[in-house]
Amino acid sequence: MTALAPPLALLAELTHRCPLQCPYCSNPVELERAAGELDTQAWMRVLDEAASLGVLQVHFSGGEPTARKDLEALIAHAAGRGLYTNLITAGVLIDARRMAALVAAGLDHVQLSIQDSEPANADRIGGLAGGHARKREAARIVREAGLPLTINAVVHRQNLGHLDAIIDLAVALGAGRLEVAHVQYYGWALKNRAALMPTRAQLEQATEIVMAARERLKGTLVIDYVVPDYYARRPKSCMGGWGRRFLNVNPAGKVLPCHAAQTITGLEFDSVLERPLADIWATSEAFRRFRGTDWMPEPCRSCDRREIDWGGCRCQAFALTGDAEATDPACALSPDHADLVATAERDSAGSTPDFVYRRIRAVAPAS
Amino acid sequence: MTVATRIGEASVPRLPRHVRLRFDETRGQWILLAPERVLMPDEIAIEVLQRCDGVASVAAIADALAAKYAAPRDEVGRDVVEMLQDLADKGLLVA
Repeated sequence: MTALAPPLALLAELTHRCPLQCPYCSNPVELERAAGELDTQAWMRVLDEAASLGVLQVHFSGGEPTARKDLEALIAHAAGRGLYTNLITAGVLIDARRMAALVAAGLDHVQLSIQDSEPANADRIGGLAGGHARKREAARIVREAGLPLTINAVVHRQNLGHLDAIIDLAVALGAGRLEVAHVQYYGWALKNRAALMPTRAQLEQATEIVMAARERLKGTLVIDYVVPDYYARRPKSCMGGWGRRFLNVNPAGKVLPCHAAQTITGLEFDSVLERPLADIWATSEAFRRFRGTDWMPEPCRSCDRREIDWGGCRCQAFALTGDAEATDPACALSPDHADLVATAERDSAGSTPDFVYRRIRAVAPAS
Repeated sequence: MTVATRIGEASVPRLPRHVRLRFDETRGQWILLAPERVLMPDEIAIEVLQRCDGVASVAAIADALAAKYAAPRDEVGRDVVEMLQDLADKGLLVA
């Protein structure tokens, strides 16, 4: 067995609070409240430990990370340790003054989400009136501050018809990079699958649009494309392999191999409040559970792609089969693949139900 | 919007503010940090990148490398242009 390589990147989910309510949010369905968030000192220690462990990039995310008043302090702390800092934001809380403070702190890059190119539809999807206009303003502020901008556009049945306009908008906003990401169906998105799933024809058209735009905009806009794996033949290399390159610290300090890992019931996650990050990376049960290839059943175990896709997505396998060890149903070699395709075809052809918006659920306080 | 960069022998390349070349002590190698990307260039690429200082032209860089490695100048020039054009297309280099 080869020595364990250090992680490349840390996703720091500072908070689950967010002014938007996107129905495909990657946060868990059980959202963390403000009172449960790590404080500034704890996050600074996490950043120190991440840098010492070999992490090179920190993605400050959420929820909406700018909802935290100590974001500047955390970025400055990360930059001071030589970490490359990226802000993943909805943008609606950013004004020029805040941006100047983030730049002064050493921020390297901003990734801004948009929900659509059409303002009314974008605001409907994000669940925030006036949100789209504020995002356009945020993009202008980012570019004026001299920072590079990536636009992240999550696409689905209810905005795919505007993909050309979304690409044009990214160019107009001065983005150097655009992520066109088909919805990945876990958590909130799984609840909304019937409202979001594109048809195969829509997917094929979207792929053609992206390929043509890449050629046309070469040197101007880099387009990263995340395909919906319900229509794929082989699964995505989720996170580049479980516990291989990436770790995620959630608002409460739990350390996860990916942002959706808590959807797998039965996995225990360690906290940065209890153990050093390096120790968690190396020995935490949740990280070891699906790391490498030893855990794999057939057909993954003997597959010549086992170190290419690393068995696909464990969260998806669990969500769709109830067994986190199962072959990802996105793989055509999975016995569940036919059901998956049938589900996608049924959902995409059916009527479009109302969204279940992402909200922090009102629960009775623990006694 | 940005304008595509064309790299030639006369270009004076440099890394933009958001792309950083640094030595990583943990891994014992040079790395190129860019928006949501970590690249681990090979030794020759690192030699080229270290010379992309906003002062030296592509021609000067190619001269230096051809001399250092006693390699054919025209071949080195073509390789350097190709490598830098690829980085420029990815938004990781300006000139």
